[in-house]
Amino acid sequence: MHFTRKTISESSGLIIKEQRQIRKERLLASPALIIGFTGFMLILLAAVLIPIFSSVDPNAMTVAERLKAPGGKYLLGTDEFGRDIFIRLMYGARVSLWVGGCVAVFSCLLGTIIGIYASYFKILDQILMRICDGLIAIPGILLAIALIAGLGASSWNVVIALTVVYTPSVARTVRASAMVIREQPYVEAAKVQGFGTLRILWKLILPGVVSPLIVQASFIFAQAIISEASLSFLGAGVPAPAASWGNMLQASKLVFSKAPWTMLCPGIAVILCVLSLNLFGDGLRDYLDPRVKGGAKK
Amino acid sequence: MEECLLEVKGLKKTYPLHGSGGRFFGKKEQMYAVDGITFEIKKGETYGLVGESGCGKSTTGRAIVGLDKPDAGSIFYQGKDLCKLSEKEFRPLRKELQMVFQNTLSALNPRQRIGSILEEILIVHGEKNASARKERALKVLQQVGLSEEHYFRYPHELSGGQVQRLGIAGALLIEPKLIVCDEPVSALDVSIQAQILNMLVEIQKTSGISLLFISHDIGVIRFISDRIGVMYLGTLVEEADAESLFENPLHPYTKALLASAPDPYIVRGKRNILRGEQPVRTGEMKGCAFCGRCPYAEEICKEKTPEMRGVQKGHRVACHLVGEK
Repeated sequence: MHFTRKTISESSGLIIKEQRQIRKERLLASPALIIGFTGFMLILLAAVLIPIFSSVDPNAMTVAERLKAPGGKYLLGTDEFGRDIFIRLMYGARVSLWVGGCVAVFSCLLGTIIGIYASYFKILDQILMRICDGLIAIPGILLAIALIAGLGASSWNVVIALTVVYTPSVARTVRASAMVIREQPYVEAAKVQGFGTLRILWKLILPGVVSPLIVQASFIFAQAIISEASLSFLGAGVPAPAASWGNMLQASKLVFSKAPWTMLCPGIAVILCVLSLNLFGDGLRDYLDPRVKGGAKK
Repeated sequence: MEECLLEVKGLKKTYPLHGSGGRFFGKKEQMYAVDGITFEIKKGETYGLVGESGCGKSTTGRAIVGLDKPDAGSIFYQGKDLCKLSEKEFRPLRKELQMVFQNTLSALNPRQRIGSILEEILIVHGEKNASARKERALKVLQQVGLSEEHYFRYPHELSGGQVQRLGIAGALLIEPKLIVCDEPVSALDVSIQAQILNMLVEIQKTSGISLLFISHDIGVIRFISDRIGVMYLGTLVEEADAESLFENPLHPYTKALLASAPDPYIVRGKRNILRGEQPVRTGEMKGCAFCGRCPYAEEICKEKTPEMRGVQKGHRVACHLVGEK
């Protein structure tokens, strides 16, 4: 029997359609992914769009309007300098998302490279992992504060400091899952088939670590947002007049018994953002693994 | 047929074994997985390696394809000793020595479509033309009885028999000279086993590939092999043509192995069931590997390790008592 190209493309169309259908069903079967993604996208959109379309200056002080309760002219009230909390939240979201995103991307890139090479080359493993152990041994926030003390407080330096803090844990995660995959029969089979080391590393092992990596990335994104807020709260983050969730929390601590919304608003913003990121990461992990059967409810 | 393709000489492989104290405090011992086996595989033949679990069959197979570095001995292929080659020097030979794994599903990348798994192998071996790759992959799929629709499937979407066919396809793809089949059918049910075995025989007839067929199933080995080596505890105890081995088994272990087969065509007359279990070998062995379980063991068996010696043409056996009776 001879197969012509047409039948191949026809059957391929059918199979790929079928697989797409399954994928769609699995996507819909995972509410965590959808809720997390929607929540994160809403925050992201609000952070990007609202400052563009609003003419309110987040740092404009109106002393007469200080500590106004939510409602009326100010959606979420004002703080002790009479600044609009809603607008400041949106500007703060920009800072948080930018820092979180940069830290997640940079630490995952670095951590993946370190982790994958460490998993495959024994000597490199010893050196790299001891360095990582050393970094992990220091409490993350302390390390970040020390780094920022050295580098000076600015949002870029917060990104650098937090990347240094989170890279070792990514490297460890990647190394651990890469070592599991390295022992898989399909890697052995690839060796028999004559695959080179680089091809094994990047084409067989890397795709295998992507799903734990993505979970880790979303987790780090969320953690970095909390850490950035903590650093700002401690005064080691983004310098003060700029709006950031941490700065807002810090400013509120003097007035929150009188005006609880000054603390609740940025606090809830952090919680929502972190929650939707974690939901998104969890859902994505299940979705990305082709062996996890979705929509098991029949 | 008579030309020798691969020669294994005095192959030894040990694994470290840790006693009850664990890695740090346990008594360190060596487990002898393979202890000095010697055989050769001729061009175009199927050499069956049979023995119970843990006798070193798979270790031998893995050493031949270069997955395990043996401790001693050599494997000659085209005049080169594979054991002495570095990873880089070995790579061009990979194309000619392929392997089919027992659990093929886990030997396939679960994240790639079957088509791209197969084409990746061709890319590694320097096929640059994409349409030629696709054609070759489809041809091999057809050769092992899969259809072009499987080209777009993921490995976990196939049935057990189809996966095994795919494993064979992966090995055939680059036209090797020798395929090591490590228990390729033991995970399948009997009717599928027969299909796969028939397919292997068919492929071998048309392409002249040599097979090293490793199995614990004496019936399967009998069906597929031209020559058979019987292994016990890391040593080769008997080697003969399939026919003469089954007609006239000489070594007591071979006799017991044949008697244990659940197959009325192999077992004739009274069953001679072997008692006890295969021990784990640590340290140098004195005497015959089988003497602890051998019903005919004599003093000499405990004292001297029997050498492999030819008793008839192409029939070798390692037993002191054969030929004396």
